Amino acid sequence: MDENSRVVVQGITGREGTFHALQMLTYGTEVAAGVTPGKGGQNVEGVPVFNTVREAMEEEGVNVSCIFVPPFAAADAIMEGVSEGLDVIVCITEGIPTLDMVKVAGFLEHKKAVLIGPNCPGIISPGKTKVGIMPGPIHKPGNIGVLSRSGTLTYEVVDQLTRAGLGQSTCIGIGGDPIIGTTFIDHLKRFKEDSETKGVILIGEIGGSAEEEAAEYIQREFEKPVIAFIAGRTAPPGRRMGHAGAIVSGGKGKAEDKISALESAGITVARNLGSLGETALETMGQT
Amino acid sequence: MVCLNELPIPYKGSIMKLHEYQAKSLFRRFGIPVPEGDVAASIRDAAAVADKLHGPPWVVKAQIHAGGRGKGGGVQVVHSPDELREASEAILSRPLITKQTGSKGKKVHKLLIEQGVEIQQELYLAMAIDRNMARPVMIFSQAGGMDIEEVAEESPERVFREFVHPELGWMPFQGRCLAYRMSPLPQPETLKELTVLMARLHKAFTTLDCSLAEINPLIITKNGNVMAIDAKIDIDDNALFRQKELSTYDDPTEKDPLEQRAEEYDLNYIRLEGNIGAMVNGAGLAMATMDVIKLAGAEPANFLDVGGGASEEMVTKGLEIILEDKRVKAVLINIFGGILRCDVLARGVLTAAEKIDIRVPLIVRLEGTNVDQGRKILEDSSLEFRVARDMAEAAGLVAEQVSG
Repeated sequence: MDENSRVVVQGITGREGTFHALQMLTYGTEVAAGVTPGKGGQNVEGVPVFNTVREAMEEEGVNVSCIFVPPFAAADAIMEGVSEGLDVIVCITEGIPTLDMVKVAGFLEHKKAVLIGPNCPGIISPGKTKVGIMPGPIHKPGNIGVLSRSGTLTYEVVDQLTRAGLGQSTCIGIGGDPIIGTTFIDHLKRFKEDSETKGVILIGEIGGSAEEEAAEYIQREFEKPVIAFIAGRTAPPGRRMGHAGAIVSGGKGKAEDKISALESAGITVARNLGSLGETALETMGQT
Repeated sequence: MVCLNELPIPYKGSIMKLHEYQAKSLFRRFGIPVPEGDVAASIRDAAAVADKLHGPPWVVKAQIHAGGRGKGGGVQVVHSPDELREASEAILSRPLITKQTGSKGKKVHKLLIEQGVEIQQELYLAMAIDRNMARPVMIFSQAGGMDIEEVAEESPERVFREFVHPELGWMPFQGRCLAYRMSPLPQPETLKELTVLMARLHKAFTTLDCSLAEINPLIITKNGNVMAIDAKIDIDDNALFRQKELSTYDDPTEKDPLEQRAEEYDLNYIRLEGNIGAMVNGAGLAMATMDVIKLAGAEPANFLDVGGGASEEMVTKGLEIILEDKRVKAVLINIFGGILRCDVLARGVLTAAEKIDIRVPLIVRLEGTNVDQGRKILEDSSLEFRVARDMAEAAGLVAEQVSG
């Protein structure tokens, strides 16, 4: 995905779809089309609206999608994009039923489309393009890659980086749901090959085992410097919202387990969010 | 309990827990055998239910959303109507304390009264979602009636799993693969019942949008029949829009009153033990803010994620709910505007301040979309508050509140 990507906004006529289509246009993203079934022929902020992704591809040659479709129809919208052969699909929608995402994940196997999210802020290459909902002005072009499971926490971190004078190559929110399209590792592999990215900030949180797996991968084959932060260290274990699937990954999910996995892989873990920018500057200031 | 990482994952769209009696009535509907029985809300009800059942013996089971009921005295086998009355009274009259309720325990409002069953063998069976595989998984073990987390940790070779193919669904061979792991093997009829039950559990799991459907123990009776004598179902909150009937199964008496009110306004609020209230947008930032409060030497009074697209009204209600907790000595508002714009936040805070007399210090940290408008709205008002320019400063101001 780059500044030549042509973006279709699925759900463009909704409140959030319209607002963020405009924000993306303002940032310089090539928003070439919108899709809302039944509203083909209209336009939103000068962007032509089509009834189907197929029409948007035929007429406007779009290759990237940003989805704002409501939860009950979002899985269908993702699969439409995948079926039509889009390269990248960014799904912002929060609240998709898990069993719908099971179907999506199964459908994505052996397909070329890359899914980012759902329940994520999207992806931005500062100064070039953004496909998502993050506030553009807090970003600054540079050499740090940012990967996160969170939304606003990512903005917080990016803001600190920018204030510390550290620009970003690409920032990706992978999504906060139990089942997501692409993982930390998928994106680390791209950062590894990306000459513009000299170091990576990884923002995790409690639950699941994505951070432990990332740590393993980084130790094995990722040579650029990495700083991690884990949210939820003080979350009280008394409040149980069981994630039974975790039985398979053998009891991972606690912040301390994640931090020790990351540290034993040689990754700097910032304990204090307030000084993350400074920590990054110390470790990556020279890159 | 199958939950190996029982941690609060307070992102929106978590789970709705069902009571055992609700789960069992759903099981019946899917052809999963459960003991005869019914729910009772009083000692008299309990006697009336038992009257219609064979027995004694009967089993009296406290209906609360917490595990470990047996050890806490919430499950009792009774052998006469007198014992039934005593057990019902004992359970209904005082809070039940289990390893999951906390030291204060939980008030029991309902009992499940069941016919006793003769148990030959206890097994474990559950279906859950495996995040990494992105598939439902059936989990089976002969170590029934035990803490499955411990079994999985100490002797993983005793826990078997089969993943459900997203397009194929559950296949009969998968049931055989699990059932034929048993040693010694039960009678062929029993094995058949077991594999049929697995298929039905899968059917229930997918039809009802479960996050977890767990039977511990699943038993083999003296007659060689399989039966679910316990049942635990968690429903995926995000799917409630298409599970209208299940929405009515929600039990408000299980929740903290403030949490219940927050839920009505679609706010993600969890009440905690400390005295620093916090209002944040986004679950990740909210958790990180709690961490910062704790690092500053204070204790958070709550987790509150007002959400990405919060309205002015939601902000107002959020602040009201925080302040209703009388333990709160200061409030930290930490907003990084994205979809939620800072001016909307500021107006919501002011509306709350008009309605209620805010007697505790407010620390406000705003950043992101429309931050200048948001700050101006607050500054132009008569509201007293302290401004924190960043997280580090917010932490410092929180620390001041604690020491002062």
